[in-house]
Amino acid sequence: MSAFKDPFDYRNRLGAGSCTCGKHQSQAEHDAVDELAIGADEDTLSQRVIESAVMRAIFPDDNKRRDFLRAVGKSTALAAISSVFPFGALEAMAADKLPLEKSNLKIGFIPITCSSPIVMAEPLGFYRAQGLSVEVVKTASWALIRDKVINKEYDASHMLAPMPIAMSLGVGSSPLAVNVATIQNTNGQAITLALKHKDKRDPKMWKGFKFAVPFDYSMHNFLLRYYVAEYGLDPDKDIQIRVVPPPEMVANLRAGNIDGFLGPDPFNQRAVYDEVGFIHILSKDIWDGHPCCSFAAPAEFVKQNPNTFAALYRAVLTASKMARDPKNRPIIAEVLSPPNYLNQPKTVLEQVLTGRFADGLGQVQNVPTRADFDPFPWYSMAVWILTQMKRWGYVKGDVQYKDIAEKVYLLTDARRHMAEVGIAAPKENYAKFKVLGKEFDPMKPDAYLESFAIKRS
Amino acid sequence: MKPDTWKSALLSVLIAALFIGVWHLATLPKAATAQSAANDEYAVLLGKTSAKQTGFPPPLEIGKAIVKYLGDPFYDHGPNDKGIAIQLGHSLGRVGIGFLLAALVAIPLGFTIGMSPLIYRALDPFIQVLKPISPLAWMPLALYTIKDSNISGIFVIFICSLWPMLINTAFGVAGVRRDWLNVARTLEVRPLRRAFTVILPAAAPTIVTGARISMGIAWLVIVAAEMLVGGTGIGYFVWNEWNNLALPNVIFAILMIGLVGMALDHLFAMLQKWVTYAE
Ligand SMILES: [Zn+2]
Ligand SMILES: [Zn+2]
Repeated sequence: MSAFKDPFDYRNRLGAGSCTCGKHQSQAEHDAVDELAIGADEDTLSQRVIESAVMRAIFPDDNKRRDFLRAVGKSTALAAISSVFPFGALEAMAADKLPLEKSNLKIGFIPITCSSPIVMAEPLGFYRAQGLSVEVVKTASWALIRDKVINKEYDASHMLAPMPIAMSLGVGSSPLAVNVATIQNTNGQAITLALKHKDKRDPKMWKGFKFAVPFDYSMHNFLLRYYVAEYGLDPDKDIQIRVVPPPEMVANLRAGNIDGFLGPDPFNQRAVYDEVGFIHILSKDIWDGHPCCSFAAPAEFVKQNPNTFAALYRAVLTASKMARDPKNRPIIAEVLSPPNYLNQPKTVLEQVLTGRFADGLGQVQNVPTRADFDPFPWYSMAVWILTQMKRWGYVKGDVQYKDIAEKVYLLTDARRHMAEVGIAAPKENYAKFKVLGKEFDPMKPDAYLESFAIKRS
Repeated sequence: MKPDTWKSALLSVLIAALFIGVWHLATLPKAATAQSAANDEYAVLLGKTSAKQTGFPPPLEIGKAIVKYLGDPFYDHGPNDKGIAIQLGHSLGRVGIGFLLAALVAIPLGFTIGMSPLIYRALDPFIQVLKPISPLAWMPLALYTIKDSNISGIFVIFICSLWPMLINTAFGVAGVRRDWLNVARTLEVRPLRRAFTVILPAAAPTIVTGARISMGIAWLVIVAAEMLVGGTGIGYFVWNEWNNLALPNVIFAILMIGLVGMALDHLFAMLQKWVTYAE
């Protein structure tokens, strides 16, 4: 029962570093395990879990925490902490609970920071607060995520933002209608190069380079292609692009199998931490606010389990809301660091999430918007993805940009559920944006495509 | 024990000690590089102030990993983080099921092939084509058709265990001495009884040899298969630690894979000895 010690009681030890019983990697994990076993007063318990995580993040030193509480008293401390943390959100959402069609769910994820909202919702109790019992299952590669979703081994999953579009079109797999519920994360990727290329910062010098991207149907692939093409390199002729599962990118960079990668974090930062690579450019500096991963589910699941899907929506959006607040980022780094989740050194995750990081070239950079978690699934994002799929020959012939975007991306549902958890959603469905300074107008996709010199179609 | 056994055991221990000694010396940390105080934060962000492991881990780190994982082999920290004994259990379970299914198919089929030169010749081209296919090459096909990653893993074990057992059974049965069969025939033993009382005991050593080879391959393949499909098992453990570039844990897992493989092989060696006495 030690997991549920009141964190605001100065007499209690919270176990800095590991957990109170000593058997788990972190307190959050200990709590997640114990809480499932006990299953008592769920709402109070999950709140305790969060409160503990917050208190531990603010006072890593147990003695300091007790001194602080002794000095100011419990209620003052609670008020101070609540001002930075959405404790109230949990209770608010417990309100109108409709009967769930299915409450035991399996959700797949790739161990990258993109997956933060889906993954942290488990140890922080956001799924349980919605009456869901969710197993978040770490998965070896995007191809396997796709197959396990097609095989119905996963009810819903972390997916790259272009994947549901490709799957719905039956490009690269048998067709399966898949919906994007929310965008998981925006920005948060980078081009990392091997240290030996320190002096080749001009992409024009990259002829013959071997690059890795996580999947064909990924923003990484499309952004890398876009980036090198803007510098006059043909991504199909002048460089080599190969698919490598994100976790294996650093090992391949170290081994010299690749010269660089446009990959997800924490692996860009991990390459720096392991002193094998440096961060050439953050993806934010290619397209600020670009989508990366999504939270997706087969259309059939969405249709058959409307209440369960709504509950999932609320749980994941609560996590997104928490993840967007920069103040919560160190806590999230701590929650996600253990082997059950991302299995990475905490400092690596912290650098990614707070945006204060070592760049591998001897400098400490401060870019608070390096990673963000804006959940709104703009139709215009889907349209851009389709233009690039057409540009590089992944789809051929006439593309019904708007039809596909509006069928796959569940923008209206996202807007409704965002309101439920108190996230302000934009009123528009399409927005213009800039990629490397060049404007994209979602109403004129064909003209946009025409404007590129290097393309396959 | 015979004096020779003592000598060889002593030599083994010496070789191990020498190996670990050289390893230890080769991985001794180099003299601390002077940090420029000007860029303290950068050093912290690179983890240089903490006990970060760079380069190949020294034996002491492996020792720590062994103590850590064997000290708590049954922990369960959620679906993606379980103790080493649980992971090995999952792997052994998959290997066991796949292997038994393969035996159920390979031994009767091998009998049929071995007893009939006609069927042998008819099936031979198929076996020759299918046998050399890497077991892992079956994985995408299995995932696509079976639509279950766990069963696909078992299928891959099944398919890689099949061939050595099938070929050895056929070979063993075909090689049962003519004169024994003739004796059996003159005694008017019925075909089915003949198979069990004469052929099976005579072919058993060859069949068990095939099974031993199959098990060896299956244990190699399961690690690779679980690295691909993930979820549970010792292969997943290796993958998860490799992602974290935690080499001591990977080496610990390799050690465990070796030990379990050795134990399995030993089991079949004992079985081999036992059936050979039948002659
Ligand atoms: Zn614990
Ligand atoms: Zn992503």
